[in-house]
Amino acid sequence: MSTTAITLSDTTARPVTLRFHEWVTTVDHKRLGILYVVYALIFLLVGGVEATIMRLQLVRPHNDFVSPQAFNRMFTMHGTTMIFFVAMPLVFGFANYLVPLMIGARDMAFPRLNAFSLWMTALGGLFLYFSFLGGDGLYGAGSAPDVGWFAYAPLTAKTFSVGHSTDFWTLSLLSSGIGSIGTAINLIATILCMRCPGMTLGKMPLLVWLNLVMAGLVILAVSPLSAAQIMLLIDRYLGGHFFDTQAGGSAVIWMHFFWIFGHPEVYVLVLPAFAFASEIIPVFSRKAIFGYPVMVLATIAIGFIGMSVWAHHMFTIGMSAGANTFFVLSTMAIAVPTGIKIFNWLATMWGGKLRLATPMLFCIAFLFQFLVAGLTGVTLAVAPLDWQLGNSYYVVAHFHYVIVGGILFTVFGAFYYWFPKASGKMLNEELGKLHFWLFLIGFHLTFDFMHVPGILGMPRRIYTYEPGRGWDIWNLIVSVGVLFQAAGILIFVFNLVWSYFRGKAAGKDPWNAWTLEWSTSSPPPVYNYATIPTVRSRRPLWDLKHPEDPDWRYE
Amino acid sequence: MWCLIAAESAIFTIFLVAYLFYIGKSQTGPQPANVLHAPIFYTVCLLASSLTVHVAVRRLAAGEGAAFGRWWLATILLGGTFLFGTAREWKHLIAVDGLTIGANLFGTTYYSLVGLHGFHVTMGLIALTIVATFYFAGRLGREHSERLAVLSMYWHFVDGVWVVVFTVVYVIGV
Repeated sequence: MSTTAITLSDTTARPVTLRFHEWVTTVDHKRLGILYVVYALIFLLVGGVEATIMRLQLVRPHNDFVSPQAFNRMFTMHGTTMIFFVAMPLVFGFANYLVPLMIGARDMAFPRLNAFSLWMTALGGLFLYFSFLGGDGLYGAGSAPDVGWFAYAPLTAKTFSVGHSTDFWTLSLLSSGIGSIGTAINLIATILCMRCPGMTLGKMPLLVWLNLVMAGLVILAVSPLSAAQIMLLIDRYLGGHFFDTQAGGSAVIWMHFFWIFGHPEVYVLVLPAFAFASEIIPVFSRKAIFGYPVMVLATIAIGFIGMSVWAHHMFTIGMSAGANTFFVLSTMAIAVPTGIKIFNWLATMWGGKLRLATPMLFCIAFLFQFLVAGLTGVTLAVAPLDWQLGNSYYVVAHFHYVIVGGILFTVFGAFYYWFPKASGKMLNEELGKLHFWLFLIGFHLTFDFMHVPGILGMPRRIYTYEPGRGWDIWNLIVSVGVLFQAAGILIFVFNLVWSYFRGKAAGKDPWNAWTLEWSTSSPPPVYNYATIPTVRSRRPLWDLKHPEDPDWRYE
Repeated sequence: MWCLIAAESAIFTIFLVAYLFYIGKSQTGPQPANVLHAPIFYTVCLLASSLTVHVAVRRLAAGEGAAFGRWWLATILLGGTFLFGTAREWKHLIAVDGLTIGANLFGTTYYSLVGLHGFHVTMGLIALTIVATFYFAGRLGREHSERLAVLSMYWHFVDGVWVVVFTVVYVIGV
């Protein structure tokens, strides 16, 4: 394994096949991180095309851009792709790349497990998209899964889902789930066992803390999903009756099992988004993070409460009053630690010397949008209101506000912030600002106005609608917003490619930042640090740059 | 390994919840009370293997290779006996009682839960056998005792889960 270890800059003179072989067989956490991210970006484009197809279909009533069957496949594939093959690989890619660098380690605890996890995730994506070719088996027509991303029983039963499309969906989630659990185990072992001297738990960068809690949630949340997928396979192939109501089985228990995964999954995705914000906002406000211990405690609180809110996805199925009350209260309780975090970020910015570079712009937009997403979340947590709004476009608007407005915005911020570290080149700032404004406008056109047809009663997942219900104009605006978002994304991808070849050299520390990854060269050598650093405070680079006034005097 | 155990526990929890939820909900076919007999002997075998694996690792850490080999083989033997017991039980259930995985809800949940555990025992036995192969090839030394301690943690976990599965299936479920 040691022969494949070389740095990016060494590869230029080697033949393409050899370089390709090095990337495929790599166990280096940085290369695996980059592979995760590139993989996610490809699927981001694919999932984006699927969303665009849906919005084109819904742009006016009685449109026949795609058939109802194809529409069902599009929303299933869009949801599954975006969660499992965009958001998760992005989260794991950044964690893989950054965590060892930030804790002053040379690699993850289990490099080969790391590579295994990446390729299991990659296999999952292949399974999912192979369904377009193999979904109908020998019939040759080809069809993708069309059961929705949470695949409620009995839609997934053999009777209602003939062919193999649902099997590909199940296998895809099972194999990517194994990959996720592997990465989570790896992250926890790395963070707990491989920190550099002096870095106590209380001196870890917040990004590392948040990823630690995220990894714990992955272990507790993705395992139930894997178990449920195994049950579904038993039902479909061995004639089991887990979700077969005709034989006394229960469709509701699938919902429980799915959402025991499904809701913590939101926190699996949003905690890393918080992590990016917690690193970027202080650097661009030129202040240390406000209330570090409270931030850590709030994170842990979110982790715990996040495990006990899953059934707020199920108010409309008619649970008992006791269960409804419990899940209303626990869901509202989670707004408290989340609110603490928002106030702490604001307090970090308060009185700071703000630099409005692209990473910071994305984080500021995140703060505002995540707040709105949280507020609509509180409205949906009220069970009676959820009975009215559940399964409508209001819900779709709410969770896209979380995932796009909250998570994707910070991920973009993270790209602009850490791309210089990974590539050695700065991303173009003008293109970055253009990307930001286009995407911001597109996001608000699409998802602000999407709330309205939801309130007016438009259910999600319908392939078309009658004119004259007051939904027409709103759907038009929503679809127009997609154009702006697509333009923003294309500029972003162009910026990545162009800057990689033509960008300004970044140097070690382009943002004048404080965490350890900025003390090594850009891109970092394969061994990360020639000598393992020793830290004395939460901002080791501040101590180096300001020996007259180091942080450790105050912590 | 602790993390893996946490993940595995979550998977088993889901299967256990499904089992408990579906107790008494089978509409047709054999019921647990009529066909299940608690496999006491084989359970004792599996639990005893937890002791033997523990002793084996301690012997290795103390540098007593031969003693390690004996205890390690005893562990494999006990684990194998347990699997044999499960196989006999299943054969009887399928051939005599007509309980298959598709027969009713009890069959579905019973075979999945016990099968999931059996799968973990099998995985453990494969790992134990690989170690035994290294031992007989003379490639196993004192320095490996820490790694084997991790493997024995997994084995303890498999045994511990059986206690829960046994309680649910053979005590609560009948």
